[in-house]
Amino acid sequence: MSISEKDVLRVAHLARIRVSSDELGDYQEGLSGILSLVEQMHDCDTDGVEPMAHPQDIQLRLREDQVTEPDQRDAMQESAPQVDEGLYLVPRVIE
Amino acid sequence: MEFECVIGLEVHAQLMTQSKIFSGSSTAYGASANTQACAVDIGLPGVLPVMNRQAALMAATFGLAVGATVNPVSVFARKNYFYPDLPKGYQISQYEIPVVSGGSLEITTEAGTKTIRITRAHLEEDAGKSLHEDFHGMTGIDLNRAGTPLLEIVSEPDLRSPAEAVAYLKKLHTLVRTLKICDGNMQEGSFRCDANVSIRPRGEAALGTRTELKNINSFRFVERALHHEIDRQISVVEAGGAIVQETRLYDPDADLTRPMRGKEEAHDYRYFPDPDLPPLVIDEADIALIRSQLPELPDARQARFVSDYQLSEDDAAQLTGQSEIADYFESAVEHAQGESRLTANWINGELMSWLNKSDIGILDSPVTPAMLGQLICRIQDKTVSGKIAKQVFAALWEGDSDGDVDAVIQSKGLTQITDTDAIAQAVNDVIAGFPDQAEQVRAGEEKVIGFLVGQVMKATSGKANPQAVNELLKKQLLD
Amino acid sequence: MLHEHSLTALRDMLRRREISSTELTRHCLDRIAQHKNLNAFVTVDESGAMSAAAAADEQLARGEADLLTGVPIAHKDIFCTRGILTTCGSKMLENFVSPYDATVVERFHQAGSVTVGKTNMDEFAMGSSNETSFFGSVRNPWDPNRVPGGSSGGSAAAVAACLVAGATGTDTGGSIRQPAAFCGLTGLKPSYGRVSRYGMIAFASSLDQGGPITRNAEDAALMLQCMAGFDPRDSTSINAPTPDMTTLLGTEVRGLRLGLPKEFFDTSVDGEVLEKVRESLAVLERLGATLVDVSLPNSAAGIPCYYVIAPAEASSNLSRFDGVRFGHRSEHAEELVDLYENSRAEGFGEEVKRRILIGTYALSAGYYDAYYLKAQKIRRVIAQDFETAFEQCDVIVGPTSPTTAFPLGAKTQDPVAMYLNDIFTNTVNLAGLPGLSVPCGFDTAGLPVGLQLIGKFMDEASLLSTAHQLQQETDWHQRMPEGC
Repeated sequence: MSISEKDVLRVAHLARIRVSSDELGDYQEGLSGILSLVEQMHDCDTDGVEPMAHPQDIQLRLREDQVTEPDQRDAMQESAPQVDEGLYLVPRVIE
Repeated sequence: MEFECVIGLEVHAQLMTQSKIFSGSSTAYGASANTQACAVDIGLPGVLPVMNRQAALMAATFGLAVGATVNPVSVFARKNYFYPDLPKGYQISQYEIPVVSGGSLEITTEAGTKTIRITRAHLEEDAGKSLHEDFHGMTGIDLNRAGTPLLEIVSEPDLRSPAEAVAYLKKLHTLVRTLKICDGNMQEGSFRCDANVSIRPRGEAALGTRTELKNINSFRFVERALHHEIDRQISVVEAGGAIVQETRLYDPDADLTRPMRGKEEAHDYRYFPDPDLPPLVIDEADIALIRSQLPELPDARQARFVSDYQLSEDDAAQLTGQSEIADYFESAVEHAQGESRLTANWINGELMSWLNKSDIGILDSPVTPAMLGQLICRIQDKTVSGKIAKQVFAALWEGDSDGDVDAVIQSKGLTQITDTDAIAQAVNDVIAGFPDQAEQVRAGEEKVIGFLVGQVMKATSGKANPQAVNELLKKQLLD
Repeated sequence: MLHEHSLTALRDMLRRREISSTELTRHCLDRIAQHKNLNAFVTVDESGAMSAAAAADEQLARGEADLLTGVPIAHKDIFCTRGILTTCGSKMLENFVSPYDATVVERFHQAGSVTVGKTNMDEFAMGSSNETSFFGSVRNPWDPNRVPGGSSGGSAAAVAACLVAGATGTDTGGSIRQPAAFCGLTGLKPSYGRVSRYGMIAFASSLDQGGPITRNAEDAALMLQCMAGFDPRDSTSINAPTPDMTTLLGTEVRGLRLGLPKEFFDTSVDGEVLEKVRESLAVLERLGATLVDVSLPNSAAGIPCYYVIAPAEASSNLSRFDGVRFGHRSEHAEELVDLYENSRAEGFGEEVKRRILIGTYALSAGYYDAYYLKAQKIRRVIAQDFETAFEQCDVIVGPTSPTTAFPLGAKTQDPVAMYLNDIFTNTVNLAGLPGLSVPCGFDTAGLPVGLQLIGKFMDEASLLSTAHQLQQETDWHQRMPEGC
């Protein structure tokens, strides 16, 4: 199984990872190799098998509705690349 | 060609929990930027979500109230996309198995009564807010709202006019407020609406290509935005064009809809079950408990107001449009010794007009149900006339006499003159003062009697009982 | 020498006040400096460690010892630690200081241990050789030209070189057990949910588990005792008491049924590895265990299944690294899309990007059913295989890895060859079971071989006691690399 250049670029954009034109070939090769490995899944018969999303058969634990987190903005923003007046800044977003 | 529109609504109702859906941060509105965004809310490396019980119970409450199935097992999934106000790069939502499936609401418009089916309601986390004011030419991100619990309520495309859409939205608004699961504050974004809109030639069964209309967050905007979008679609089709499936934004200032930039690319959300959250289980016992605690629903209350209080459908509908108004009414009626219709008139008329003028809610009304009830009693026992009662109401609104109705009437000397002698004196004075008009009445021009009544009322500062004045004038002039 | 003692022995010596924590911690820090060539640490917290040691000594002087008071340990750099860097082996988090401690880190604090630093690892735990780290490869103390295994390679190298007596690791597909095997150590991946994942930077959330890497089973039991237990901040944490692992170590293996899956003993495994595994099984047999042939018929599907599920979850887990709130932000970020695409392209290494892309592909429209859903079905089939096998045995045994440690650079150009290292370990993660690697001999090149024990869900005790009993009869775990 091989993956097309177009697919690599489609997936790279979905994942927001820039793939330059000189990297494209390597990614295409690498991903195709992994896909060939992954294709071996189809040798395994799974007719009528329920998908398994969690390794345990447990139900969601629920917490009581209480405010337990005080303002920690300063600590939270210590590692932030760019903040101003408590806001995280990003290049202008146009809706 | 005649077209009909097909509308489905997606309503995001913020659930009124104290803390967020997956963290212990406060959900209070209006705090300084990012002061209510803890490690979980900002998606720091390593953090994990823990579900709020109250949010689950509120979703189930809604399900029961609309006659839906509350699914015993529902699954949280990740909806993956990048946006600066979405901290983790995915939104925790429900996809294949929502907490609520099915259900319906009945709406009434001029076109009649109609059932609108609800497809589903699912739990999810709200995103933060992007502030586009100028921050050195950049956008600022405030994550205080991120993680606020939302119930997304999706209707079937059963709505056929903007008016129906508004009726449905109002009905839903009343319901979530009655259930006390959402405060319904549209300005603060607690109750938001997106619409899926398409048109088709009347009589055709197939659905047309739809557009999604965002940012229609007031009842007024919903109606206007929908009209615009429907007109736009019709003119596109009539000009031989095709509708493009897209997301459009309603701009209330320009009063038009336009395609949203940045959202034009095809979505591929890559939903998959969130491995951090095992399935949500709501069992029979939970359901039974929630059912036993359901408040009286708006439809049932309206019907009861008609039968128990002998109100018209219109009056009952108006009063039950907001559970606080209905509560106010029932309390006031009690204080008015059961005088329900007059109480309803006063609430739907005088009280509403004062509330609107002052732009406050009924819970903040300076005239309490007890005061209004007391006032109704004084009208009933003829202490004051209806007209004078409005003056008393105004005084009560201003806080006179600590809201003691009788004290207000006393202090302002507004007690109706029921003393026949005093009224007779005034009547005689007026007959003497306006001989021409008195003569006209005597000559058979009975209409003129109204003028004389007015003069007597004026002379008594409105405190005379107009009916008594009328009778006395007739007696004096015609008998 | 001080550093040759086990974690348990050091703990006891501290309690008896034969040594001080200050002395011991100083010794560890000196050794870390001496063995810098191993590149086992990303961060060494000398001042933090020395002040924690001083505090421990005061506590010990008062006779108030907790479980691990004064014992130096190291944390894999995937666990968030307040005040010092947490890099996850990535340029993306090169300067990231977490404002909070992971639950595991908190528990070690509460138990009184001294954190000397953060160990090197494959970037975001994606790798089996520790060669994907942004901070460079880690060297295997048994042969510096070979890999220590991965992704917890720094932890394994640090313990193997006796820089610390114990370190934490995480295991998503073998990342504790394989480096433990490559470095001649005891490494335990607990049952999914036994150890809190809060504060452990997620790779694949439904597979990740933290666990100990130590020199022997007794130490592993002690560290597990400290790490394990219910955590309300992790919705997948199991709300069950942790049995006293250390007292259960004495459980005899007599009557224990050891299952040998025929799929784990086939020709794909290095002959010497198989030989050593069989020899250790013979020891256990002599102690009264019985060997039973079992089958895990769908094991071959494990690797392909794992390489869908793990990257799919990773692709989503790693979306939060977007240059907005923390982590690397590209200088070329005029537009929002550039901020995202450049920050992520620059911040992530090749292997991480490859896995994000493959995971994104597997979840994307039109491929979900064929890849992700199919993998989830296989996951159940694999879990059921284990259940069936456990009807006939108590513990499943086999090699941890098909080979011993391979030379640096040997597999870096071939991701698929690298992935096949996990062939015996990753099915255990898919099923959520506990797995342990214990040293069982050396090949002719003098490299350690690991025996893997796989237990029933929540039965870490059988794995630890079996390993402990084996270690009463053998001395492989006591050997030390030359020059250490």
